Amino acid sequence: MAAKQNYYEDVEVGSEFGPLEKDPTTQQLVKYAGASGDFYQIHYDKDFALKNNLPGVILHGALKNAFLGQLMTDFAGEQGWLRKLSVQYRGMDQPGSNVVCKGRVARKYVEGGNHLVDCEIWLENAKGEKTTPGSATVILPSRA
Amino acid sequence: MANKYVTEEVIKQIGKVAEPRTYEVERGAIRRFAEAIGDANPLFNNEQEARKSRYGGMIAPPTFCRSMMAAFPEVKIEIPGNRGLDGGSDWEYFEPIRPGDRITVQCKIADIRESAGRLGAMVFTTIETSYTNQFGQVVALQRSTSIRY
Repeated sequence: MAAKQNYYEDVEVGSEFGPLEKDPTTQQLVKYAGASGDFYQIHYDKDFALKNNLPGVILHGALKNAFLGQLMTDFAGEQGWLRKLSVQYRGMDQPGSNVVCKGRVARKYVEGGNHLVDCEIWLENAKGEKTTPGSATVILPSRA
Repeated sequence: MANKYVTEEVIKQIGKVAEPRTYEVERGAIRRFAEAIGDANPLFNNEQEARKSRYGGMIAPPTFCRSMMAAFPEVKIEIPGNRGLDGGSDWEYFEPIRPGDRITVQCKIADIRESAGRLGAMVFTTIETSYTNQFGQVVALQRSTSIRY
């Protein structure tokens, strides 16, 4: 396992992590449609999307959820565990423009013998607008 | 103001469950999902590497649950328009999903409510979905809200 492991003791409240950069293309949306089984046409059929008053095809909310999931499984590392993940779809994102996932440590505490870290997370577009805010809780390994 | 769409008859449907569906998790499906989301984590796509991990083999990325679609409980409701939005999801994860697992997915209507938005009346439906493995362990719970307007 190549990725660096975060430990509970080393994580500071207020510190930021990421960025996880993604450059979604229409091809990725088609791949995601196939892998997830979500074939709603607004994600790959431009004419259909335009007819539905959209600016063009848009990213699946669930794909952005998956990007934020990756941000958190990277943060948790192989020894950690993603316990909770919440996302809210506030704004649309279109392929062909970069999106970035970031997080900030909000709270750390021990509960039921687990070392827990609550994080504020979000996905922002190229203009820096947080189109998909959320929160997550991970269990991290302890050095103790 | 009385609800126009979420009537008492509609509210009675809260708590309704759909037929469960069971999926066998294929290793290739996990890999394809990880590739589709662009996640190169070896836990999700490299059995040889993943064997060295504490899981002893490949597991699915958390949002893989999305690919195991549940049957939706039928909601008898007249909706304002034909447009829909996915408002977001809350997930809880308890156990890893591994290749070969048999996952049973079941949906329940947790809430239906109505509000007047900028674009007119909007109906918010919250669905709770449970994902249970062949050992009876709940591996994940999902709460999602969809908006129709």
